[in-house]
Parts: sequence; structure tokens; C-alpha cells
Amino acid sequence: MAVAAAGAGSGPWATQEKQFPPALLSFFIYNPRFGPREGEEENKILFYHPNEVEKNEKIRNVGLCEAIVQFTRTFSPSKPAKSLHTQKNRQFFNEPEEHFWMVMVVRNPIIEKQSKDGKPVIEYQEEELLDKVYSSVLQQCYSMYKLFNGTFLKAMEDGGIELLKERLEKFFHRYLQTLHLQSCDLLDIFGGISFFPLDKMTYLKIQSFINRVEESLNIVKYTAFLYNDQLIWSGLEQDDMRILYKYLTTSLFPRHMEPELAGRDSPIRAEMPGNLQHYGRFLTGPLNLNDPDAKCRFPKIFVNTDDAYEELHLIVYKAMSAAVCFMIDASIQPTLDFCRRLDSVVGPQLTVLASDICEQFNINKRMSGSEKEPQFKFIYFNHMNLAEKSTVHMRKTPSVSLTSVHPDLMKILGDINSDFTRVDEDEEIIVKAMSDYWVVGKKSDRRELYVILNQKNANLIEVNEEVKKLCATQFNNIFFLD
Amino acid sequence: MGEEDYYLELCERPVQFEKANPVNCVFFDEANKQVFAVRSGGATGVVVKGPDDRNPISFRMDDKGEVKCIKFSLENKILAVQRTSKTVDFCNFIPDNSQLEYTQECKTKNANILGFCWTSSTEIVFITDQGIEFYQVLPEKRSLKLLKSHNLNVNWYMYCPESAVILLSTTVLENVLQPFHFRAGTMSKLPKFEIELPAAPKSTKPSLSERDIAMATVYGQLYVLFLRHHSRTSNSTGAEVVLYHLPREGACKKMHILKLNRTGKFALNVVDNLVVVHHQDTETSVIFDIKLRGEFDGSVTFHHPVLPARSIQPYQIPIAGNGFCRGVSAAVLPRGCVLTMIFGSHIKSYLWNLQVKLEPIVNLLPDKGRLMDFLLQRKECKMVILSVCSQMLSESDRASLPVIATVFDKLNHEYKKYLDAEQSYAMAVEAGQSRSSPLLKRPVRTQAVLDQSDVYTHVLSAFVEKKEMPHKFVIAVLMEYIRSLNQFQIAVQHYLHELVIKTLVQHNLFYMLHQFLQYHVLSDSKPLACLLLSLESFYPPAHQLSLDMLKRLSTANDEIVEVLLSKHQVLAALRFIRGIGGHDNISARKFLDAAKQTEDNMLFYTIFRFFEQRNQRLRGSPNFTPGEHCEEHVAFFKQIFGDQALMRPTTF
Repeated sequence: MAVAAAGAGSGPWATQEKQFPPALLSFFIYNPRFGPREGEEENKILFYHPNEVEKNEKIRNVGLCEAIVQFTRTFSPSKPAKSLHTQKNRQFFNEPEEHFWMVMVVRNPIIEKQSKDGKPVIEYQEEELLDKVYSSVLQQCYSMYKLFNGTFLKAMEDGGIELLKERLEKFFHRYLQTLHLQSCDLLDIFGGISFFPLDKMTYLKIQSFINRVEESLNIVKYTAFLYNDQLIWSGLEQDDMRILYKYLTTSLFPRHMEPELAGRDSPIRAEMPGNLQHYGRFLTGPLNLNDPDAKCRFPKIFVNTDDAYEELHLIVYKAMSAAVCFMIDASIQPTLDFCRRLDSVVGPQLTVLASDICEQFNINKRMSGSEKEPQFKFIYFNHMNLAEKSTVHMRKTPSVSLTSVHPDLMKILGDINSDFTRVDEDEEIIVKAMSDYWVVGKKSDRRELYVILNQKNANLIEVNEEVKKLCATQFNNIFFLD
Repeated sequence: MGEEDYYLELCERPVQFEKANPVNCVFFDEANKQVFAVRSGGATGVVVKGPDDRNPISFRMDDKGEVKCIKFSLENKILAVQRTSKTVDFCNFIPDNSQLEYTQECKTKNANILGFCWTSSTEIVFITDQGIEFYQVLPEKRSLKLLKSHNLNVNWYMYCPESAVILLSTTVLENVLQPFHFRAGTMSKLPKFEIELPAAPKSTKPSLSERDIAMATVYGQLYVLFLRHHSRTSNSTGAEVVLYHLPREGACKKMHILKLNRTGKFALNVVDNLVVVHHQDTETSVIFDIKLRGEFDGSVTFHHPVLPARSIQPYQIPIAGNGFCRGVSAAVLPRGCVLTMIFGSHIKSYLWNLQVKLEPIVNLLPDKGRLMDFLLQRKECKMVILSVCSQMLSESDRASLPVIATVFDKLNHEYKKYLDAEQSYAMAVEAGQSRSSPLLKRPVRTQAVLDQSDVYTHVLSAFVEKKEMPHKFVIAVLMEYIRSLNQFQIAVQHYLHELVIKTLVQHNLFYMLHQFLQYHVLSDSKPLACLLLSLESFYPPAHQLSLDMLKRLSTANDEIVEVLLSKHQVLAALRFIRGIGGHDNISARKFLDAAKQTEDNMLFYTIFRFFEQRNQRLRGSPNFTPGEHCEEHVAFFKQIFGDQALMRPTTF
């Protein structure tokens, strides 16, 4: 997919320029142990995208990766190569489970220029892609697969290579289409969770609600509570919640448009079960509880794969802006009766709770004062609780995450992050970017803050002061060194 | 019926007295709760026994005829004896006053004295069939002074000592009641009111019987209780007790109707603000609590018995050589007294106080919310409520979370009421109103006030120790209690938060803990921050959480510095203390020590130079003073960087 050239460039050829964003070239998963002998190399390959590629080429590409990893291992036995840079593309390697390798090949962005004689000249932008961003994307691919399918090893135990291949094919065939490599950025590295700001009392009410529901619907093992696509409570462990959150906010929620927002005559509204008492509805599972033939099939998820290895049904239920995930043991098949009971127990309570939260949120917003558009944008991330906050990104949609700043600035943020990763100590980096922008990165006790300031003719001292002010207003309740 | 089922019992120490007979006359004074045994008109002795005093008063008086009524004034100062229908005799019991009797005749001509009541130690009211006369007794003059009187036809009267109100029955039907209130020499007439009599067959003349009326104070308010018998003409299902509220000011109003759902003979008691109705035929009693929610029809609230009917717990009286004997109820007096008589070889009479036993009620009232409403109004409720709380959290009788929440909310509602009263009292005292306003009283802490430490000590600390409890339930209960406290805006004590943390840590639920802290559900405090610090080895993010908490406290800057120094973050500590403007007062030695320990020479140099500059700025010389004890650091600095690296004093 080509994005129309933004005319930000300069020079006489600007009008002739065409830009092509990074794109997925291929994606494959292999295990070298499955075809160690010559002639059996094909057996190593568990999944290959695009599938149309000729067999020998698949084998060659896999072999190359294997060789590179093996070769680099001699220099760094504990940390083998993570990526390979070439002029046209970049390859990312990941070994999520022992001997199972995932490889993603991304084509570098291209600028197509019109030379003086009218012939197109292609220029690969080798330095544009950030390793950390795409390595994270690759790791996320695995996490997402594992969430819905369990580990590779478990599939092998359950049904051998055939089952594993089947699962990989089924999952990645669809999933790869949803990777939007052109809009990956710093947030993909963090894989953070946006938490909904809430006062203590409303939070306790939610706690009380969850505890009561878990008591009355005793097959519910874990519960997660979200409002406005932001997390409020997770009964799941952090790592599992992280990927579930990603799934909910980038895939499930955007697919379900708010029927409350839809017009009165819209077809979505007509599908709603005729329930006047509350606004609750299932996002997974039965669409209409009054239909006796309604299917009570819920997606299965796998959590705690390192120890307990739990398989769960994921029930997502929503009323207005409040969404609750109920997870029940996969050995128990939820019946339509159960769904109706859940609807009658949770629906009315959740509807009230959702309007309480909304009201409380508006009060808090009014109290903090409706600030006018500030002079800065920032991204905040805390490694300890994965809390993420961004005023750079406008909104997550299933297709693209829209940013409100120039991609070049986003790249600077990524570079600063790479610098932070290299050292353990707290530090601060201030960058003067093109035009009037200043970019500041701060790292303090496992927290990272990136600020983009747009102030005409500001000097270093002034920028430093601005950031101090920002910390004092936005982060006054945490220990953030300045 | 199990023993634990009886919820009414007789007191431990009854007043015992000889049975009435032609020689021995027995009188009971409700005001002082005294029993008078008058032998041979007093000539062979009068014995007065009260429920409280162990030492009975005994004296002798001349037999001047049959005693109709005998009563002490309050504090046993003056004895009044009525022997004729026109006069009352008095005798001083005050030391140094003449003990010669003196007499007062009623002022109204042709009137007969129905009785008399003491309203204070020296004030007395005569009730005659033609009105009332209010006197002051002057013991030293051995005479009485009429203060006030009022004429009206009286059928019968009733006196409530606690509220000093006399009720007079007037009119032919006897059902118009005229109350009078007495206080410190004044008599005030309250608005009269009429008791609606139930419809009766035409042949009989309806009238209000004295037996069917009682007066009692319930929840601090005076009520006239009317026992309305079942009438066959109406379609009511049984007799009922009608409560008329008699306010200090304003008209009397019908407020409550207690449905007895049975017919026959009844007797009433008021004990611990409960109306106890005894039914003679079944020898059982029921209790009513007018504070419990009833059915309100717009003007009157209908109540049903709180509990199923039960007998009063049988009381066994040891009798010498004869084993035990059962008490037989003979008479019930309002205001919590029961008279019993024992038949057999030893005829004796007893006066008891009736008591409500709370423990059996716990199992008789399954609705926990209603049970709490009931218990919180009782005098001796604390331990019973705590046991109810423990019980609902026990494995065998575990209540559901909504029920537990209701119980906590009711407890905290009462707790908050007390805290608010306490606070406004404190504010009023501070504002110096204590002298100007006599109404200002320190709020009384009743047993119904159960604070966090009570619940923690008696209920929660034992509850979280129970191994068999699912941790999910334990945490849910703790959070429910914290939610309830927050809902009533009561500051949660840190030991409750520590209990939550302890439980979460025990079950490795660190992520849950993190989320609670993130939303400030566990309020910031230094003890909590220290607890978090100690958890760092199990859960590294606890360090960050602890630092954040210390920062928010804003009174813990020293602790923050200590934490950072212990982590060898010397520069961070220095920057922090400088950021809050405290760097002029910190100990140089402490920072230099920490810097030296890092074995980072450049860091040591930086820190050393910082303090040299501070010395220069504060004292005009970069040198450390002996009091700072930095000699070893100076030596160390010289050893590494040389003498010439030391900062030179700036000379002007």
C-alpha cells in the first residue's frame, strides 16, 4: 500500500517524489531439529508466508537464517543475532521457545525519484527502521499466537507437527494481515497498558462488583475490567494481561461499534436483544440471548503458560463504555443458561457502574480544569506496571495508530529509547530536532518520559525548565527525579 | 426447645419478700422500684427493699389505721403514707429533721384521693377524683405548700417517673387522657387526646380500662401504650398495641401499631427500648422494636414481632432441703419488672428485672441486615455483634459478599455518626462554646460504636489467619470493609492496609497489590512505605511503589534520601534534596560515606566538590569543620586526587 508523498521535503525534485512505507516481505517459523539431514530441509519449515513462494526458495531462506544465527552465536553465545540489515530489507530473528525460530523480513521504506531523464530511481532508506520496534512486533506475534493457541510445545504434545502447522497456518494467515508495519513505533516497544484514571471510591465499587460477580458466578476464575478501552483491574498476571489488552484494544473492541452510538434505525441496534433494563451485551459469545439456538462459543485463551498452563474461555461483556472480561476454565462449557444468568446478574450492575464511572470521570476532569492545548506532547511508560500514556497518539484503530507528530520525531524518540536501553542508570537526553522542535527523553527508576516541545527560539535552559514544569504538573504524585 | 432459644430472662438478683397476707401488706413503688412490706400497719415494722440496694431499710411506725399506699420521695428523703381517702401523712427521713409525722389534707372539697406521686425529693402530686394538686413539702417546717392545682373529673391515673408525666383518664368512656408534666416546681398541662376504642357490641358499654394503658420511654421518647383487644366485629386478626407518641411540646400522635396476631390476656414490659408483650394463655412473650423497619401506611407504622414467641427462660430457685422449684409468673409491671410467687411450703414472692438475651437472637433472626439493625440498638451489643461478624466469615456459616457488605455498612454508619458527633463537639469546644451553651455535651460512645480496631482485633485478624479460607474470599472481605469505610469517609487505619498486603504477599498476588497501590486504595503512610521497601526482594517494583508513596507523603524526605543512599544512588539523593531545597542542612559525612562505598572515584570527586562549594557558600571557606567529622574523607580525597585538587578558598 502506498501512502501519498507528503510534500514536506525540499528541493526541485520534491514534486516528483514517491514514498513507499516499510512492508512485510516474508514471515516464517522453523525448527532446525525437524529436518537435520540433507534432503529433509522442508520438514523444518512449520509456517511460511507468503505460501506461494517456491519450495526451494523457502528452504534457502530458512537455511540462510539458520546459518546467520549459528555464525553469530560463535561471537555471542548467549545473545545470538536479533536482526540482519541489508540494503533492501531487514530480517528479524526470534527464538520464543527452544529451537523454534520466528523470522520476519521487512522491506526498507523506498523513495522513488524521477531522474532528470524521466526514469524512476529507487532509493532504499536503510537507516529508517528501528530494530527494537520490529523485534518487539515479532515478539508480539508470538505472544498473540500463544494467547489463543498455547505454546508450540503444547501443540506438539497434543497432536504433533501436523497440529502445530495447522494452528500456525490458521492463526498467522489472518494475523499477518493485521500487522501494519508502516505505523509501528515506540509504543510497540513498550507494549504498555493504558490505565483509566479513577478516584478511590469508584475503584473500590468496581472491586466490590468484581468480587460479588466472581462469588455468584463461581466458575469465573479471573476478571478484567476496562473502561473507555483503558484498564482498571486485571485478575490476570501482568504479562498475560499485556497481550490480552493488546488484543482487546486493537482487535476486539474496534470491531464492535457502540450500538448505543448508532442511530435509532441502524441495523446494529435492531440486532440488540430487546432488553430495556440495561445496556449489557456480549462481545464474545451469544449475540441474542432470546434465541434458543444461540451459540455459546467463546474464544479460548491460554495464560500462565510458564507454570499452571491454564486454558480459559474468554467472555467479554460490555455495557456502555465499561467492558468486563470473565475468564472461566476451559473444561467447563458455558451454557446458554449461564450466559443468561450472567446477563441478568452483570448487566444491570454494570450499567449503573458505567454511568457512575462516567460521572466521576467528568467531575475529575472538571476539577483538574479543561486545559487548553498544551505546548508539548509526551509519551510516558513505566516498566514496573506497564502503564503507558501518550498524547502523541490520537487513537488506536484496527488499521493504523495515528500519531499527531512527524514520523521523523517518532524516530528520534525510538533512538533515544535505544540509548536508554544500553545503560542501566538514570539519564536524560535533550535533542534539538529540525524546525522549532525539541525532544527530551528522561529515564528515572524504570520510568521513561519523552517530551516533544514546539517552542520558537527556545534554548536548552528554557526547554529544561519546561520539562520540569511538566513533571511537576503531570507526574507530581510519583517519585520522578529531575 | 433448647436452652439457648430463650431470649428473655429474669435478672440474677431478684428482690425477695414475704407474701402478702392479712398481717403483712405489700406495696410496690414503681418510681423507686421499692417493695414495702408493712407488718401490722407498721407497728411491728416496715421493710423496704429496692433492686439496687442490698441493705433494706427497716423502721417502725405507729399503727394509725390501714395503709393504702406508701412511697418514699426520691433519694428516700421523705416517706408519704396514705391511710384515709382525704389525707396523706408524711415523715422526714432527713437527719436532724424531726421525725414526727405531719399530715396534709386534699384542698378540693368532697374529693377523694386516688393516689399520690413524688415528682422529686420534696415535690408531690395528689391525684383526686376531682383533679390534681401539686405540693411542695417543707420538711423542716413539717408542712406542705400548694404550688398548683387543676380541677377535672378523674377516673384513674397513671404516672411515668422517668418523664415525670401524669396521665389522667377523664370522661364517661374514660378514653380521653389528660397528661401533665412536672419539672422543678412547675406543672404544665399538655394537650389532651382521645384513645379510639374498638367497636363493641351495643349491649356493653365500651370504656378504656386502666389495665390496658401503660406509659413508657422508648428510644428517649415518651409513649402511651394502649392494648387494643381483638374485637369480633372488625376483621383484625388479633389484638394490637397502639403507641401514642407524647412529645414535650405539641399534640399526641398515634405512631406505631404492634400486631400481636393472637387474642387473650396480655401484659406489657419495656426493656432496653423493646416492647415486650406477654401472652398469658400460651405463657410466651414476643418483642417489638419500633426502630426496625415496618409497614408504613402514611400515618402509622405497623410492626410484627421481631422474633417468634418464646417463654421467659425458667428460673430455678434453690430452696433449702427441697431441691428446686419453678417460678410461676403472677404479675407483670411495666418498665421491665416481673413479680412472681412461689407456691409450696415456703411461700415467697420475688420482684425481678426482665432482661433480653442477645446471643440466642443471632440464630433466630436469619436476615443479617435486620439482625444488625436490631443489635445496634441494644445496650449490651458489642460482643454479640462482633461474634455475628466472626460467624458470617466462618467457613460453616459463611455469608455472601452482599450480606457482609450490608453488615459492614451498618456498623460503619453507626461508627461514622459517633465520629461526626465527636468532631463537632471538639470543634465547638475549640470555638469556646462550652461555657455559653449548656446543650453541648460530649457524645456518649455506646456499645454500638465498633471502630476499626474492634473489628480488626476481634474479627479480621483471626479471619485472615484461617488457612482453610480461600484467599479470594479473604481479600474480597477485606476490600469490602475498606470500601465501606471509604464510603462513609472514615480514614482507614494502616493496620488494615497491612492486613491486605500481608494476605496478598502470602499468596504471591503481587500484581494485585500493585494495582491497589496504583489506585491509592491503600492509603499512603510511612509504615506502609517501609513495609513495601521490605518486600523489594520478593517483588522488585515494590521499591518504586515505596518511593512514590514517600514522595506523596511530602513529610518523608529524609527517608527518601536514606533509601536512595542505601541503593548507592548518591547523585540522585543529592539532586533530590537539592530539588526540595534541603541541601544546606544535610550531613556531608553521610553522602561522602555512601559515595566512597560505590568505589566510583569520579562520583566521590563530584560529591566532595559539591560539599566544598557548599562550605564556601555558607562559611566562606571550602574546608570542612571538625564537627562534620569528614577528616577521613578529606584524607581519602587527597590520597586519590592529590592535595592540589582541594578547592582553594576564594579570596577577595
